[in-house]
Amino acid sequence: MSTRIRLFLLVATLLIAALSSLMVGAHWIGPATALKGLIAPAPEAVDQLIVRSSRLPRTVIAMVVGASLAVAGALMQTLTRNPLASPGLLGINAGATFAVVLLVAWAGSASLAAWSLGAFLGAALAAMLVWWVAMRGGASSHGPLRLVLAGAALSALFTAFSQALLVIDQQGLDTVLFWLAGAVDGRAPSELAPLMAVALAAGLGCIPLTRAMNVLAAGESMARGLGIKVHRLQALMVGLVVALSGASVAMAGNITFVGLIVPHMARRLLPADHRIFLPGCALLGATLLIVADVIGRSVAQPREIPVGVMTALIGAPMFIALLNRQRSAHG
Amino acid sequence: MAERVLRRPGFSRRLDLAPWRRVLVVVLVLLAVAAGSLATGKVPLGREQLLALFEGAHTSVRIIVLELRLPRLVLGALVGGLLALSGWLFQQIMRNALASPDILGVTSGASAAAVSYLAWLAVPLGAWGVPFAAMIGAVGAAGLIYALAWSRGVTPIRLVLTGIGVSAALGAVTTFVLAFSPLTTTLSAYVWLTGSVYGANWHDVGTLTLWAVVLILPLAIKMRFAVLAALDDALATGLGVRVQRQRAMLLALAAAMAGVAIAAGGAFAFVGLIAPHLARRVSRAVGASQAVLSVLWGALLVVSADWIARTVFLPLDLPAGIFVAALGAPFFLWLLLREAR
Repeated sequence: MSTRIRLFLLVATLLIAALSSLMVGAHWIGPATALKGLIAPAPEAVDQLIVRSSRLPRTVIAMVVGASLAVAGALMQTLTRNPLASPGLLGINAGATFAVVLLVAWAGSASLAAWSLGAFLGAALAAMLVWWVAMRGGASSHGPLRLVLAGAALSALFTAFSQALLVIDQQGLDTVLFWLAGAVDGRAPSELAPLMAVALAAGLGCIPLTRAMNVLAAGESMARGLGIKVHRLQALMVGLVVALSGASVAMAGNITFVGLIVPHMARRLLPADHRIFLPGCALLGATLLIVADVIGRSVAQPREIPVGVMTALIGAPMFIALLNRQRSAHG
Repeated sequence: MAERVLRRPGFSRRLDLAPWRRVLVVVLVLLAVAAGSLATGKVPLGREQLLALFEGAHTSVRIIVLELRLPRLVLGALVGGLLALSGWLFQQIMRNALASPDILGVTSGASAAAVSYLAWLAVPLGAWGVPFAAMIGAVGAAGLIYALAWSRGVTPIRLVLTGIGVSAALGAVTTFVLAFSPLTTTLSAYVWLTGSVYGANWHDVGTLTLWAVVLILPLAIKMRFAVLAALDDALATGLGVRVQRQRAMLLALAAAMAGVAIAAGGAFAFVGLIAPHLARRVSRAVGASQAVLSVLWGALLVVSADWIARTVFLPLDLPAGIFVAALGAPFFLWLLLREAR
């Protein structure tokens, strides 16, 4: 299969997943009604109202969050040249969690908007701290290992702070626990509009850097030899990762798995050229999160399984199957 | 250069003494922390009271130190040491600085099994089964990862990738169980997931010591292969290593070490990841001394974390796992920053 056909298939899968996300739920809505609710809404029809007010927002959020996390993960893996890297490594999830736990401990249950803002700030601050430690002393010459280690250490530190607060303030635990698992429902799109704008802008911001990323993937000294300003490129990539995954964690809580796994899946399906690879990651990530949300809300009715849990439960077998597919392709 | 060569017929070892001096320094620090930990707590004890123990002392002091504090201290050291050794082995085998039992699915397997047990079986059967559940989970996860990564032998990169896949799925199981079980389970599970050596007794210590001996002996014999595992496969083959066989054995040892440690103390995160890096920053020498240093750092981390956890927030006795990262991470960051100058 040519790359173009594969990309087309990924787009088609995403559209099918998005449509099914509009149809499936506690109340089944046919495809025609669902589409009519989007294109030519009739104010009286209840089904169309469900589609517009409840299912469309969560579909869009799942799509944006999935795509952002996947692209952020791909950037991290290129940046550190470590297949275990994910946005979480910059301390983003740990920082966001700590900010939210702190908020709950101090102010009780705050509004969703306050949580989002706190999570985004926590994520950005943690990432800046990691970057500062890793890059102190003009350290791009020390290679990405310092970033990886500093990120792991600071993430663990923030996680420890959150755990300490949660063990002491046990009532906060139950409030935060569901947020920790990640969710895309029950959020008003109007509250999240600025975060979505941040994520989209960062996604578009990747485009002018893709060629330089291709060179960076071949190694830092190679990139420097070919005239790329490596340190500046790395700083820009970190900024993009912070915007993408900080916005995601603020919108949907901790969904750690997408950023780790989707780039590996995309690598098995698409060429390593970042001009194709990054859009492929975005498509796969969006599809994975939407499918996870659809299954999570339909298998255990009337309860819903948190989307972060479902993502890992569906994504992990897919990921391992893809690893094996490559094995059989090579004999 | 303090270097000695031991030669006997059929046996020859090069021995570099320099790293072992640093080992000695860390041992001394560990002993000092241990003494401090034994002396402090709800009932502070003086030096005379501690020394009097050797001459058969006052019964209440005896109970506090020998039955409460000492087993807890020893269990913490064993748990930390085993986790660190497991992390060191994983980092050698996978050739990845981020490899550790936490990331590769062994801890997630143990956690998923233990939390499921706490949620559904602890009420009818009792909490004694948690360590067994954790052990089964850890070994099961490791076996699953190895089987899924197998393709005429396993390569480090396939193991790592399969490991993070399995780890993510099992982590999801844990979150799922936590979110769908009653709050009482959630709390006890949360303490377990953080890691704690609260309420340790000599029976636990004995069991874990036995396991440690059984697992460390084969590693000590095969230490050469553990050092060579960090090399490229082709190079190791050229040096006469049967790569697949040795890799399978080392992996089994690493997984089992993490499994027994987690079964005894809960899912202490971060020890397995950071202790080997701390060891590497204290001494650059590769080889057995690095493994020993990792063990010591792991023990030191958990012992001092538990010391803080049970004394600083009196009357609260917090899970030690909280303070492992709170202690280890800043120290490690300080080392990183100092290195940059």
